Amino acid sequence: MAGRSEMKQDPGFYDYWPYENRPKIEWPNDARIAFWVAPNIEFYELNPPANPHRKAWPQPSPALPGYSIRDYGNRVGHVRQMELLDKYGIRGSISLSTALCDHHPEIIEMCAQRDWEFFSHGIYNTRYTYGMSEEQEREMIRDSMETIHRHTGQKCAGYLAPALSHSELTLDLFAEVGTALFGDEGGFYTCDLFHDDQPTPINTRSGKRFASIPYSLEMNDTIAYVVNKIEPRRYGQMLKDNFDRLYAEGAESGTVMCIPTHNYQVSCPHRMKAFEEALEYITGHEDVWVTTGREIARHFIDNHQDDCLADISARGA
Amino acid sequence: MALDQEYLQYPHRSHGMDHDRYEWSMLSERKPVTWPGEAKLALWVNVCLQFFPLDQQGKPFAVPGGMTMPYPDLRHFSLRDYGNRVGIYRFLRAFEQFGIKPTYAMNTQLAERAPYLLERIAATGDEILCHGWNMDKLHYGGMDKSEEEELVQRSLSRLRELSGQAVTGWISPARNESENTPELLAASGVRYFCDWVNDDMPYRFNTSAGDLVAMPLSNELEDRFVLMNNLHSEQSWLEQVCDACDFLMEESQTGGGRVLALNIHPWMLGQPHRIGKLEEALAYITGKSGMWSASAAEIMQCWQQQQD
Repeated sequence: MAGRSEMKQDPGFYDYWPYENRPKIEWPNDARIAFWVAPNIEFYELNPPANPHRKAWPQPSPALPGYSIRDYGNRVGHVRQMELLDKYGIRGSISLSTALCDHHPEIIEMCAQRDWEFFSHGIYNTRYTYGMSEEQEREMIRDSMETIHRHTGQKCAGYLAPALSHSELTLDLFAEVGTALFGDEGGFYTCDLFHDDQPTPINTRSGKRFASIPYSLEMNDTIAYVVNKIEPRRYGQMLKDNFDRLYAEGAESGTVMCIPTHNYQVSCPHRMKAFEEALEYITGHEDVWVTTGREIARHFIDNHQDDCLADISARGA
Repeated sequence: MALDQEYLQYPHRSHGMDHDRYEWSMLSERKPVTWPGEAKLALWVNVCLQFFPLDQQGKPFAVPGGMTMPYPDLRHFSLRDYGNRVGIYRFLRAFEQFGIKPTYAMNTQLAERAPYLLERIAATGDEILCHGWNMDKLHYGGMDKSEEEELVQRSLSRLRELSGQAVTGWISPARNESENTPELLAASGVRYFCDWVNDDMPYRFNTSAGDLVAMPLSNELEDRFVLMNNLHSEQSWLEQVCDACDFLMEESQTGGGRVLALNIHPWMLGQPHRIGKLEEALAYITGKSGMWSASAAEIMQCWQQQQD
């Protein structure tokens, strides 16, 4: 159980790597920017078992304010967003509470028909990693990846820890379970780290070729609307401004922009217009690679990981 | 270190919800609803008339909008009271000007304390629904059942008596409930309630004392939530209402009739610097064709008649 008793000052996933004079990242068709949308399709439980480190709901059960607005995403929001992404030719990369395959297979089927990517976001968003033993966390991750495979045939490539609850071993375990289940075709990127605007190599204990793909906490609708309490039209403007700068910088070396969404937030009637205007603006540019998390990670690992690792190593020397 | 193995067991992991309160259903898969006169949107203006006691107990939590200072918190007590003395009369004028048919959610204790206000509202013929006893009498998980039963019955029967109306609708203070609230409401003659915010249309809610209808009263677009919780500007609230109106009208082209629900508070939008934004919102909405301004019970009944 090494690593679970003492806290570290730095998780050690990556080395310092300045955002200048890096090896050039080249996206397919000379695109400047890889753009992806990551809908979180989640299931929150009304009455989950208690975790000693984090409370699921502020009120005694039934905590219906929090539970019911999240259920809004499943009953109303996802289909709204699907229609919008269809309109702008965007395939979603779903951060999935995999129990939703059992609860709401109708949603999974609609996403599968659109050839969207499914990646693991744990079993339920009310089951936190905190306090799990290594074996328990491995089992939870394996269950989630097997569930995706069983229901969609996809070999899960990416991970975002449930409710962003981590252990020190989360990334190691995800990479290892991916290898055990699918070899190099599964478990090769994470969305859990927010240290960069380009993909970066990640050190895991198995030494697997593994990358962090920018997922953006800043552009995340729930962070914008619930935590930062931003006005809908300002959120739309932030998305455009974020894109403009990354698009400009992408002329030098490819960048990544992600919009992580939650359809109990962004798909409310009073927020759809601002979101649609941003999507229309972004996809209206010529040199944009509209893609998925898996495709970005695959391209980076196959074409740029070695150059980047050599550069990181040389700069650190 | 490890968690109890129960933490990795998932007893409700199967098709549908993790409880038996309502059926799992996506809005896009339901039979479209038609409103009277082929209207696209039913406009439900829901006015909360509230009494916040000075001696707030905050059990089990302090209600949003309630007292925050050491006793006696005169600033918040009187500022909330402002809504019932001043703000509401600005609302009434605006509703008349724009031909709105509002619904009033009233704390029963306020109906007792302000008979002039109750009579003024009742005289309009508009619907009154019960908003619980007062803003400090909360319904919550683990609450004693007989205590809650008495509270529900007292709140409903006294409001029925005072208003002369049937009072078939309910909103819990803070929109919070206990595990028994739906049963107690159904057993007390309530037909619809507005606490759950998981849909944009009404849906059927199961209780062991008979079905209720859950009515979709958006919290995210509420004046208090937008202005006081999110600290957005008045102009932004107006824009959000207009954007919601446009979006729902558009969606109704393919999805059938929709509900635009505005939950508003006279202590918030009734202020002199805010009332103009409410008027602008009502002018914008009523300027659209295909709008049906109706009471909550009318919308509920119209929806219910179209269910199998």
